Amino acid sequence: MAEGRRGAGGWLRVHMALLFGFLYLPLVVLVVLSFNDAQRSVVSWQGFSTRWYGEVLRDPTIVRAVTTTLVVAAAATAISVVFGTLLSLGLERHTRSSVLDSAVFFPILVPDIVTGIALLSFYSLIRFSLGTRSIVIAHSVFGIAFVAAIVRTRLRGFDRSIEEASLDLGVKEIPTFFRITLPVIFPGVLAAALVVFTLSVDEFVIAYFTAGQTVTFPIKVYSMIRFGVTPGINAVATMMLAFSMVLIVLALVVSRPRSGAAATPDLDGQEMMAA
Amino acid sequence: MRERGSFAGGVEAGVVASTPPRIGGLARSRYGRLTLAPAFVWWAFFLLAPIGLVLVSSFFRRGPFGGVVYELTGANYTRALDPLYLRVLWYSIRMALIATVICVLVGYPAASFIATRPSARARNALLVLVILPFWTNFLIRTYSWIVLLNREGVINRSLISLGVIDGPLDLLYNDLAIVLGLVYGYLPLMILPMYAALERLNPEVLEAAQDLGSRPFRALRTVTLPLVVPGIVAGCVFVFVPSLGNFPVPQLLGGGQRIMIGNLVNQQFLDARDWPFGSTLALMLMVVLLALLVAQSWVLRRSREIEIDG
Repeated sequence: MAEGRRGAGGWLRVHMALLFGFLYLPLVVLVVLSFNDAQRSVVSWQGFSTRWYGEVLRDPTIVRAVTTTLVVAAAATAISVVFGTLLSLGLERHTRSSVLDSAVFFPILVPDIVTGIALLSFYSLIRFSLGTRSIVIAHSVFGIAFVAAIVRTRLRGFDRSIEEASLDLGVKEIPTFFRITLPVIFPGVLAAALVVFTLSVDEFVIAYFTAGQTVTFPIKVYSMIRFGVTPGINAVATMMLAFSMVLIVLALVVSRPRSGAAATPDLDGQEMMAA
Repeated sequence: MRERGSFAGGVEAGVVASTPPRIGGLARSRYGRLTLAPAFVWWAFFLLAPIGLVLVSSFFRRGPFGGVVYELTGANYTRALDPLYLRVLWYSIRMALIATVICVLVGYPAASFIATRPSARARNALLVLVILPFWTNFLIRTYSWIVLLNREGVINRSLISLGVIDGPLDLLYNDLAIVLGLVYGYLPLMILPMYAALERLNPEVLEAAQDLGSRPFRALRTVTLPLVVPGIVAGCVFVFVPSLGNFPVPQLLGGGQRIMIGNLVNQQFLDARDWPFGSTLALMLMVVLLALLVAQSWVLRRSREIEIDG
């Protein structure tokens, strides 16, 4: 690194430029081609048009897939947030078991294809019908782990004396949780919810195995790609890109106060008093 | 992951050891530990039991129309050890390894460039730029390379119209396209942990080492590496694990001609409907990954020892 700052600085800049070209060029090409007024040939430019957006949005199978995906993501996020937040509280305060600490990362470390086939086998054994519910459960399996990990970072910077104060003043545990603890960790919970929602919306492999006849949006995209390259996929891709970007920017904005709060827990306390 | 049990954990452990459960919030309640229950019960039911079932079904026979016939057999394992399947496994390991190595080579300079920006704003902005593409759908990102690489694709068209080549090149449906897809898919997962490790590295420590007469290579080995290795190792795990079991990338960019272990599992479950054999193959995948995690913890322990010796 020290050498990097003297002689290799220029090369590093070139490297970064190439890297960003590599990362963004394919996506830029997709976005540009989604506005191509082409019949079938996807590459040669025929003029600007939004017709493919119209065609995609009028396709009932795509609309249904999007609806399913949003329902699945919302439900999986709800389960993950409740279980994951409770889990993070428990891990941070009620155990010092390093085994449990590591166990939280197990659902993330298991390859998605293994999670997928394992759940498929399990559902079929207990005769649980495949569909929206089975995908929701499958997504909550990794969602809980992400929520627990994210919320825990927020709990680390938590000044417990305000909880103590509340309890000493005779407020019961559960109201204390909702009126003191939750508001303080809320940005972390919200950021975690957004992350899990995005992951669920994008998740393909596990959904592919646990969906049965149900079609989520990534499953729909997969079958579209397999049946050939059409300009419609470009429009779909661009809309997905835009959607993910909005969610990410939201998550970034929401989670920003986190580092500040960890450094100055007192400030959080004061905000609490004011509230 | 590596930060667990660090500062906060240590402090907490000390406090709690002397004063039993008298800390705030739900902690006062004797039922505090119950907060752990929903998640772990959920996981026991929807993760551990299913994986246990995979393990069990690998020892049984397939039914005539799919499903599992509960009749003990070792046939799935003898079949999985057939050179045909071992070759696929070895091919998958090789592809995942190549993708991981490329990610290290491309990612390390990038991570070190970002980590050495003096202003925090520049660091964060660059980091967000690296992550943003990662947050768009994996299939879409894979598909974008089909658009670029196919015979009628952007690259072939451009090269032909520039007169560089006469006819289209076969850029798609080969090993290179698969590796490219894996690198493109998981590169940010390499850069992030590397960055996290490099950012913590204090340049003054390095300078001190050099001022004290340490030669650059020795400084790298005894000062930089032990601090950075955990980040590189974490990045390698994050890239290798999803690459090894991947099936959409070989399917879409390899055109189904090149088969990785994930494709095999997929075929056994959804086409051949031989779930017991598919389970066996999935377990082989898990065994490779377990070996990898053991290797990871060994490397981490070694790097800590060097840190102490140095």
